[in-house]
Amino acid sequence: MNADTGALKALIDVAYLVAATLFIFGIKRLASPATARSGNVLGAVGMLIAVLATLLDREIVGFSAILGGLVVGGAIGVAMARLVKMTAMPQMVAVLNGFGGGASALVAIDEYLRYANGAITPGVDVKVTIILSVVIGAVTLTGSMIAFAKLQELMTGRAVTYPLQKTGNALIFLGIVALSVITVAGEPNATAFGVLTLLALILGVLLVIPIGGADMPVVISLLNSYSGVAAAATGFVLYNYVLIVAGALVGASGIILTQIMCKAMSRSLTNVVFGAFGAEQEGGAAATAGASGQVQEITAEDTAILLSYASSVIIVPGYGLAVAQAQHQVRDLANELEARGISVRYAIHPVAGRMPGHMNVLLAEANVPYDRLYEMERINSDFARTDVALVIGANDVVNPAARSNPNSPIYGMPILDVDKARTVIVLKRSMNPGFAGIENELFYQENTRMLFGDARKSLEALVQELKGVAV
Amino acid sequence: MEGLLIAIYIFVLAVFVGFELITKVPQILHTPLMSGSNAISGIALIGALIVAGRLDGPLSTIIGFAAVVLATINVVGGFLVTDRMLQMFKKKGEAQK
Repeated sequence: MNADTGALKALIDVAYLVAATLFIFGIKRLASPATARSGNVLGAVGMLIAVLATLLDREIVGFSAILGGLVVGGAIGVAMARLVKMTAMPQMVAVLNGFGGGASALVAIDEYLRYANGAITPGVDVKVTIILSVVIGAVTLTGSMIAFAKLQELMTGRAVTYPLQKTGNALIFLGIVALSVITVAGEPNATAFGVLTLLALILGVLLVIPIGGADMPVVISLLNSYSGVAAAATGFVLYNYVLIVAGALVGASGIILTQIMCKAMSRSLTNVVFGAFGAEQEGGAAATAGASGQVQEITAEDTAILLSYASSVIIVPGYGLAVAQAQHQVRDLANELEARGISVRYAIHPVAGRMPGHMNVLLAEANVPYDRLYEMERINSDFARTDVALVIGANDVVNPAARSNPNSPIYGMPILDVDKARTVIVLKRSMNPGFAGIENELFYQENTRMLFGDARKSLEALVQELKGVAV
Repeated sequence: MEGLLIAIYIFVLAVFVGFELITKVPQILHTPLMSGSNAISGIALIGALIVAGRLDGPLSTIIGFAAVVLATINVVGGFLVTDRMLQMFKKKGEAQK
């Protein structure tokens, strides 16, 4: 290495250090909505610096494939980011996770090909990280595509189960381990490596199909973590520290979000991944069906009068609200109430929506100020002092059975204590049970009134009625 | 082997930094956190650039091209969609259209 290339390499390494630092500062600024946007920009600048520095690398001699890839990928990325609906954000993140994992796997595959061609003779450590990178990347790719298909309803959202499912998955996993040992210990063997890659791709599919739609927030968080770990593994393959740092940050992020989601559903990670929750719920539904009685219906007119006499209202939005595209109508209702001096807050359950924090984004899109959005822990004790709790399209996250009925499948799940409010008004399309297929005794409570119908139409009617009630 | 140990050090420390940083992100921002951190994991782009640019033969270049496309979608799409989300978060007062 002459002095010139040495200086260049040092420059590139310093640029990578700057990039890694910017990633850390960027994520740090995500701690508050006021600074978050600048944090994201810092991350993007870090990425740009890392890319530009890499292009200086002497190993890179041809630029046409790079340029073509950047243009094609960039155009697709811009189009996706512009066109995606906020309700479809979980699918978007799933696809992006998958692509990140796929890119990591491809880089490692090429590294193996170099080894197979005799261009490099990697040590055991590099061979191990090549395999880790390929396996994790491939599982992330196909797993994310299945998650996407489920969320996009291209395939059933229910858990797909069949006989000997776990045994089959275990055998595939053992096959991967065996082929990994052959790859690391023996001579270069392209066939073994090809089969290994194929098995990892299949494993990604099989691991996600038995997971029900309601558990998708956990799966997406977990795949997010995998995509980070895959990038870090690629960093070990290439001995590139910025990949290791960035990958580790994202891996940690995904794991934390996974834990939060599991806790919010009171499920263990193993139960989510292997439990096939949502495959059949007849037992659970039957167990609580006996508790049901008569529901009390209410009209929009009476609801408007009730609301106009309240001094505090808490709105509990669920995914049903987003399905009905009624976020703007909720905001209109809140404005109408606030104009009358009524305090309006929103209580957001951690799993409201299809991914962590999803409901907050949907409400922000509808111009709801973020200082009105309250996390479950911050607002739960206030329900007892609240006149009206307005439940819109939420079901399982307000089911008191989670506190009281040890036989319920959701027993132990932290819920919003809406049942403690003086009056609970539930906007609901019909009496069908929610996403998890569990009966909800909240609907039969003495202080609960049901306002049946499409959430959007009900809210529009409410706003109209409120305008008719004198201030 | 020494290089590997240093790399593992860096990995472990970065994981701790990640845990510290991410536990401070409030629930309200978890979706942008996810899409933003996801864009950062597109850092595999760097590896993809090297594969696509070192001209090791047609197969290698095709693999590299595919990797660059996937990683670029991940990076560009991730950062842009995160920005689109974050610009919607407004306080009372700023939020009135």
